[in-house]
Amino acid sequence: MMLTRRTITRGPFFWLSVSSGIVIMAFILLPLIQLFVAPSVEMLRVSIQDKDVAHSIWLSIYTAALAALISFFFGTPLAYLLARHDFKGKRIVEGIIDLPIAIPHPVVGIAILGVAGKNHVFGQLLAELGIRVMGSVTGIVTVLTFVALPFYLDAAKAGFEAVSPRLEKVSRSLGASMFSTFFRITFPLAWRSMLVGLIMSSARAIGEFGAVVIVAYHPMIAPVLIYERFEAYGLKYSQPVAVWLVLISLILFFLLRILTLRKTVEQ
Amino acid sequence: MISIKGLNIELRDFHLRDINLDVAQNEFFILMGPTGAGKTLLLEAIAGLAPVKSGKIFIGGNDIIGLPPEKRGIGIVYQDYALFPHLSVKENILYGLNFHKADKKEAQQRLAQLIETLDLFHLLHRRPANLSGGEKQRISLARALMVDPAVLLLDEPLSALDPQFKADVRAALKRLHETSRTTFLMVTHDFTDALSLGGRAAVMHNGLIEQVGAIEEIFKRPASAFVAGFVGMKNLFPAEFSKNKATFSGLEIELAGAPTNGHGYIAIRPEDIVISRQILSSSMRNSFRGVVAGILDQGFYYELRVQTQEVSFTSIITKSSLIELGIQESADVVVSFKASAVHFF
Repeated sequence: MMLTRRTITRGPFFWLSVSSGIVIMAFILLPLIQLFVAPSVEMLRVSIQDKDVAHSIWLSIYTAALAALISFFFGTPLAYLLARHDFKGKRIVEGIIDLPIAIPHPVVGIAILGVAGKNHVFGQLLAELGIRVMGSVTGIVTVLTFVALPFYLDAAKAGFEAVSPRLEKVSRSLGASMFSTFFRITFPLAWRSMLVGLIMSSARAIGEFGAVVIVAYHPMIAPVLIYERFEAYGLKYSQPVAVWLVLISLILFFLLRILTLRKTVEQ
Repeated sequence: MISIKGLNIELRDFHLRDINLDVAQNEFFILMGPTGAGKTLLLEAIAGLAPVKSGKIFIGGNDIIGLPPEKRGIGIVYQDYALFPHLSVKENILYGLNFHKADKKEAQQRLAQLIETLDLFHLLHRRPANLSGGEKQRISLARALMVDPAVLLLDEPLSALDPQFKADVRAALKRLHETSRTTFLMVTHDFTDALSLGGRAAVMHNGLIEQVGAIEEIFKRPASAFVAGFVGMKNLFPAEFSKNKATFSGLEIELAGAPTNGHGYIAIRPEDIVISRQILSSSMRNSFRGVVAGILDQGFYYELRVQTQEVSFTSIITKSSLIELGIQESADVVVSFKASAVHFF
């Protein structure tokens, strides 16, 4: 906490603000620090050499990345549409997009199984095509995309909204088609927000447990493995895996901070 | 050159109704009107950037309603410049050439000429972000004219500029218009810009065109009460006409001509009303005694409200005249104006 302004009168209100700030900092940092110092370096080394651990972390990374990429390909046109056009029911569409944020995580898994299972026409169609959702990587990516989509869409939409429509209008008047305009003007000005959206959605996906555990206990993503180790062997054996997962999430988080900070500096 | 026939637009709260307008080749046409009159919407409709409900727009004889904006050959310059922030000044100016087949030599010449006319050479390799408003608007003009459009639409290009840059850009606009074949269509609410740049003008109000004509004409002979008020006719009164006399609120006013309509409006510009302490022996046919009802400091001049019987006239007067005549609130004065200063419609 930087308190650079000397003119502030330091009354009881000020001290209340500061102390609540300290409580919050401690509340966030204390458990995380404990998590990192509890396992020895040796245990961390052994744990990452454990094939199950390495597999689950790798699975977590690439399913989360796939979820983010799917959000990118399908979400970008919709985000642009929402940023540029007003239409009846736009608020409803925006509300639907944010629904996955509000739904309890296990419910997401149950809902998706309801559609992808044998009792639903859609599930039967998938089965005929040889696509299995239950207990498969496909299933994991499906639920991760479900929970990650709103984060990408909201960030990309905000990015497009920040680009003045007049820039696109001028570009069109100078002879550029809508496609040329998008790739020469809109994208270069909004790519940073799109990247932030990709990182936010993959960060969201990599931490998902509740929805995944319903759809696919196996193959095991890192959060499920951590849960299993905790249930079977206790705290001590789940901590090293958790440290590795947190490290990877932190890398994503720092990338995000660097990118967003640079953006504010540029403006 | 531009011919608009029966254009109707409905866009959320905005409506343009039955717009008919003809602008000749290489004309500098002015579009005036208060905020919300639909001027920008009309420009964007011509450029293909706003949806049209019905009507036709011809450019050089071709109906362009069905064409996308990039196929219309119409440039647009906005009040807020709309420069591409991620491109250098030079890349901004040359942007349009990516989509136009142009002879290299001709393009080079054109670029050199625009840089020269708009004094942009020292800026070419900078980014637009930290340039002054005047510089930005000159760049945006160069960018629009680089592709040699048939029509250039200007949406209040001078109104965001500081006074010292305004004169620069105004002069640049005049030079560009004189040296190009492009037809200019400019939206403004600044009468100085309109009078110094434009030839003909249209006044818009509530999505309708109220009057089209030479700018001087519009100022001298407004066709409606709205236009009169808009161009600064403060003394606007409904009146009954008989021969070359107008009567209203017990005053009889001599006119320079005989209106054909039995009743309508008369209007007198504040600067055409002379204030004195005694009745003047001059050629002015209309003189009325009154009392000063209000003095408003307008910086370079004072606005005077004079009450005569039922009617309140507005006049303007310099500070020295104000002191010389010893005018203060409720002083007795005489307002006089020539018959030819009275506009009727």
